[in-house]
Amino acid sequence: MSLPIVFKEPQEKTTNMNNAVIELESVSVRYRVPEERIGTFKEYMIRRIQGKVKDRDFWALHDVDLKVHKGEVFGVIGRNGAGKSTMLKIVSRVLRPTKGRVRVMGCVAPLLELGAAFHHELTGRENIFLNAALLGHTQKQVEERFQKIVDFADISGFIDAPMRTYSTGMVARLGFSVATAWEPDILVLDEVLAVGDEAFQAKCHDRINNFRKNGATVLLVSHNTQVVKNICQRVAWIDQGVIQAVGVPEEIVQLYRGV
Amino acid sequence: MNKCSTLAIIARIDRIDTQYAKGPSSTCEGGIVKRMGKNVIEGLPIYDSGIQRSKAIEEVVEAYRYRHLIFQLVRRDVLTRYKRSILGVAWTMLNPLGMMLVLTIAFSQLFGGTRAYPAYVLTGLVAWNFFSQTTTASMNQMVWGGGLLGKIYIPRTVFVLSSIGTGLVNLTLSILPLIVVLLITGTPIRFSILFLPIPILSLVAFSLGVGLLLSTWAIYFYDVTEMYQIALMAWMYLTPIIYPEEIVPEAVRIWLFTLNPMYHLVSIFRAPLYNGALPEIHQLVGALGLSILVLAVGWILFARKSDEFAYRV
Repeated sequence: MSLPIVFKEPQEKTTNMNNAVIELESVSVRYRVPEERIGTFKEYMIRRIQGKVKDRDFWALHDVDLKVHKGEVFGVIGRNGAGKSTMLKIVSRVLRPTKGRVRVMGCVAPLLELGAAFHHELTGRENIFLNAALLGHTQKQVEERFQKIVDFADISGFIDAPMRTYSTGMVARLGFSVATAWEPDILVLDEVLAVGDEAFQAKCHDRINNFRKNGATVLLVSHNTQVVKNICQRVAWIDQGVIQAVGVPEEIVQLYRGV
Repeated sequence: MNKCSTLAIIARIDRIDTQYAKGPSSTCEGGIVKRMGKNVIEGLPIYDSGIQRSKAIEEVVEAYRYRHLIFQLVRRDVLTRYKRSILGVAWTMLNPLGMMLVLTIAFSQLFGGTRAYPAYVLTGLVAWNFFSQTTTASMNQMVWGGGLLGKIYIPRTVFVLSSIGTGLVNLTLSILPLIVVLLITGTPIRFSILFLPIPILSLVAFSLGVGLLLSTWAIYFYDVTEMYQIALMAWMYLTPIIYPEEIVPEAVRIWLFTLNPMYHLVSIFRAPLYNGALPEIHQLVGALGLSILVLAVGWILFARKSDEFAYRV
């Protein structure tokens, strides 16, 4: 664990130490993994009486310190199970850290598993309202953006048809369109976007770039080191729940590959 | 600046870097900086896991902030339930009516002494159905929503609250046929019907409390829902809904009914409709008090456990 911590400021202007929008202070996350999978209460009571209920602690993140600055595109790389997704969940408030402290200055748009909340019996229109409400938007806010959401997803002919008649691509497009209809302060991306066809992907990237231009911060998790190199300003390499190195993409990717 | 307000803030002043505390939109209230959905650097809200108010209170604030979501979930439940059926919303009204009809055919000879038996059964059924449907739906919604809780932040109580909301819509819809049955069976509608919101409120509080407790449990074990169905069935027969309470011996009644919260809740719901009178005051106070207590216990326990939900599901 005695790897060098590299730190270089790629852009002096946008990233100075005082405007951290995401701050993790010695954050640790512990999962309690039962040694045996117990699904039913009956089974639980039997095991309990037998004294066989045992949990194993698994630390998905261990003492993580991290600062992400305003306007930065920050990448997180690491192997499967290294703790990348857990980190995103900590930032987007899904998990509360077991130890340590997280501070997020700004509203977070999580782009994880788009359209997971769609109900296929409802129409596209109804689903837009439901999905936007899940992201914390009011009816009025949705009404204002409604046409834009539909136009961006390019499904205007199907908007009043039940979702079960939609193709996979349409569902994903609508999911992305709703999730990004409001400009977030912080955009959280799990893996690189693979939504719809090439033309739509270009639209997605345009939209994200626009957010960036307007000062949004992007936190991105990926396996693809090439993408990370291309678009990130700083990268953290995480392994076994511990941050191994933070710094300029090229150097960190090299360190990561060297393992 | 009508950006999304995904994160709420009520932060203690000493825990925020001074740079942020000086934001123009902050208002100081007794050492507490309130910046609901406003900027920190230039209008940004803040999430700080280090600030831990009482979880129960935080959950109340968050659930209120997400009230639009609760509305949307209720809307979804009501719409999807009847979307692919010919009779649509009419089912909500026909369901208890059908049940009433069957019970009347089966039991009106047996309980012949009961005045306007169909009205007696239906008033009891409507109250009972609200309780059994909302508590069952709370668990199912929680298990459904559990998947979402692992992906995005939403106040965890919204699923239980929306189940109650859906139940209220159904209850309101079934009051109309209930009044028709009262009139047909010759039960006069008195002004006491205006008192109905109070028993309904009590039912809401009790069902919400029980729903929260059950869903805390159902998150961990999937057989809880099934066990609850059996318990519900027994509970229903121990509550005078389809039979008049007089048929139970006096000695048993004290134990069976006094200790059964649903007995009191059904009684105070029935009184203004079937009896055309206000419920007895001691019973009303008791029922209300107990409902609020159950709600408080359920809410606090649920809120305490809620941070663990995302780890489990």
